Amino acid sequence: MIQTHAPVHSVEEIASGIFRLSFRSREVASAALPGQFVNVKVNDSLFPLLRRPFSIFSVESEAVSIVFNVIGEGTRILVSKKPGDVVDVIGPLGNGFSVAMDSKNYKTALIVAGGLGIAPFPFLLSQIGKDKKVLSFTGARTSNQIVRLGMGHMHIATDDGSEGFAGNVVDLLEEHLSHHHYELPRIFCCGPARMLKRLSDFAQKKGIECYASLECAMACGVGLCQGCPVETINGKKKYVLVCKEGPVFETSTVFV
Amino acid sequence: MMNETFTIAGVTFRNRVLVASGTFGYGDEVPELVDADKLGGIVTKSLSMKPRDGNPAPRIAETASGMLNSIGLANIGVQKFIDEKIPKLSSFASTVIANIAASSVEEYCAVLEALDPFKVVAGFEINVSCPNVKEGGLSFGTDKVKVALITRELRRRTKKPLIIKLTPNVTHISEFALAAESEGADAVSVINTLIGMAIDIRTRKTRISTITGGLSGPAIKPIAIAKVYEVYRAVQIPIIGIGGITSWEDAVEFLLAGASAVQIGTYNFVDPSAGVKVAEGIKLFCEKQSIGNVGELVGAMEAQRSLSVIESWL
Ligand SMILES: Cc1cc2nc3c(=O)[nH]c(=O)nc-3n(C[C@H](O)[C@H](O)[C@H](O)COP(=O)(O)OP(=O)(O)OC[C@H]3O[C@@H](n4cnc5c(N)ncnc54)[C@H](O)[C@@H]3O)c2cc1C
Ligand SMILES: Cc1cc2nc3c(=O)[nH]c(=O)nc-3n(C[C@H](O)[C@H](O)[C@H](O)COP(=O)(O)O)c2cc1C
Ligand code: FES
Repeated sequence: MIQTHAPVHSVEEIASGIFRLSFRSREVASAALPGQFVNVKVNDSLFPLLRRPFSIFSVESEAVSIVFNVIGEGTRILVSKKPGDVVDVIGPLGNGFSVAMDSKNYKTALIVAGGLGIAPFPFLLSQIGKDKKVLSFTGARTSNQIVRLGMGHMHIATDDGSEGFAGNVVDLLEEHLSHHHYELPRIFCCGPARMLKRLSDFAQKKGIECYASLECAMACGVGLCQGCPVETINGKKKYVLVCKEGPVFETSTVFV
Repeated sequence: MMNETFTIAGVTFRNRVLVASGTFGYGDEVPELVDADKLGGIVTKSLSMKPRDGNPAPRIAETASGMLNSIGLANIGVQKFIDEKIPKLSSFASTVIANIAASSVEEYCAVLEALDPFKVVAGFEINVSCPNVKEGGLSFGTDKVKVALITRELRRRTKKPLIIKLTPNVTHISEFALAAESEGADAVSVINTLIGMAIDIRTRKTRISTITGGLSGPAIKPIAIAKVYEVYRAVQIPIIGIGGITSWEDAVEFLLAGASAVQIGTYNFVDPSAGVKVAEGIKLFCEKQSIGNVGELVGAMEAQRSLSVIESWL
């Protein structure tokens, strides 16, 4: 974990309304692992005050990138960054997918992303062992909002039916698995809370291990504020911190 | 040589900038990001007798230049602090103050007695903004008699610096400072968070799980300075100013209003090394102004000192 003033390399629209910002930091790039995040101070004024957390989308030599859509003040400022502007970044943070991803106890990775939940997966795909079979499922509102960069072949679901399966990505996955059998599958997912909850229930029913990247409001991202609890299931402690012990959790261990 | 130090009841702090309770863990969270040895002091997360889980999510919400929190005093409890944190803190160069939270007077005493023998715990800051379980959960800190009682009981049990941290959620904070002073407190910390609330208009739910929470950050700074000034005019004991500090300029403002030292809270979340930067900034400012001792700034504002704070409101 370091704090650095990183020069912005580029900001580009990679799908309708979805932007990728990449910045240069040798230290963050060399330490980053799939599923970790960075905490970004979008400007040097007191509004917005807090940093904004973003999953690490890709790492290419010294360039690290994040993806986002404009939802509030922080992302509005980020999208207007120009090459050479500086962003103050703390990272890489948290425990990502690495341990689960590198495990020998599964053979097929089922990647399931809802909307911007795609964010951690291009990096994961670039790092996952060649011995694993990988299938990706992604859901979006409509075809032009699908992030395809770095994802290779995907099974697609759209809410409006403009591409692929008409409906949500969990239905698509269930449908797919009812026709196909994979050896020792494991789910890696990220997306809206409702989607993660459904996947977690589905995985439990089918006896598939499932790892989800959770989101929650964060003030510090490094364990100083105790602001980001998630309730554990039969854990030693009632709550664990999403920023330190997560953001990736095995879904049978916490209430997603 | 610039003198940056200050002393409370015989304990000397290397400079006048501390990190506030609940915003810096137990001091050992982010060694990669900040050299804690350069801080004047570290105030621990509030410690209670037993570990506390804290409140359900969401515990925080950002507001205009500030934030609301309802952490619920989540902490590891005094025993785990002794077993796991004290050994690490022993190698720190900066002064460690243990902050105590409790739901009864007895619990305040028990936590203090458990920590008092440890040399690394240089002093105590008492968080009186805690619900008094015996009396229906009303905060101790809004009851002058209770603040006096807690101070008296703790004073009997320790010779180390005893600092009472006051809540601004009262009509006249100076009366509470006087109550603490008259029962033997060595200093007061001013202020804890202000009660605040925010609602998500789309879901119609409050933005933190406990409905109301504590407001902190730059948004509260002018209030905090007014409270420091009010207390400075009422008591002789040192005041530690807290509330919305993000820069050395902010800190100097607190010193001028009457604070002998400051604590940085929320801004640690944005920049964990803020405290170190603020301390360095104060030092440079004093050097430029040919001030040999930072203490010369304390209470050194230009003011119509004959006007009482309360009169000036009318
Ligand atoms: C570990 C982690 C990884 C993340 N990765 C990504 C990512 O890769 N791409 C991405 O676009 N976003 C990601 N997010 C969410 C991102 O941090 C927020 O979208 C961002 O803070 C919005 O900032 P803003 O100032 O634009 O909006 P704000 O003005 O802060 O918020 C606008 C609205 O969004 C809500 N909101 C803010 N933060 C969150 C949150 N964390 N979860 C749910 N609702 C929220 C607010 O309540 C508000 O209604 C991640 C969050 C976490 C905790
Ligand atoms: C997330 C958070 C947790 C806090 N926890 C405590 C605590 O455990 N005990 C305490 O005395 N004060 C606590 N505080 C109050 C701060 O120490 C400080 O008094 C207050 O935040 C005002 O300063 P600031 O504006 O610089 O944050 C907490 C504040 C925040 C934001
Ligand atoms: S965001 Fe502060 S502890 Fe997790």
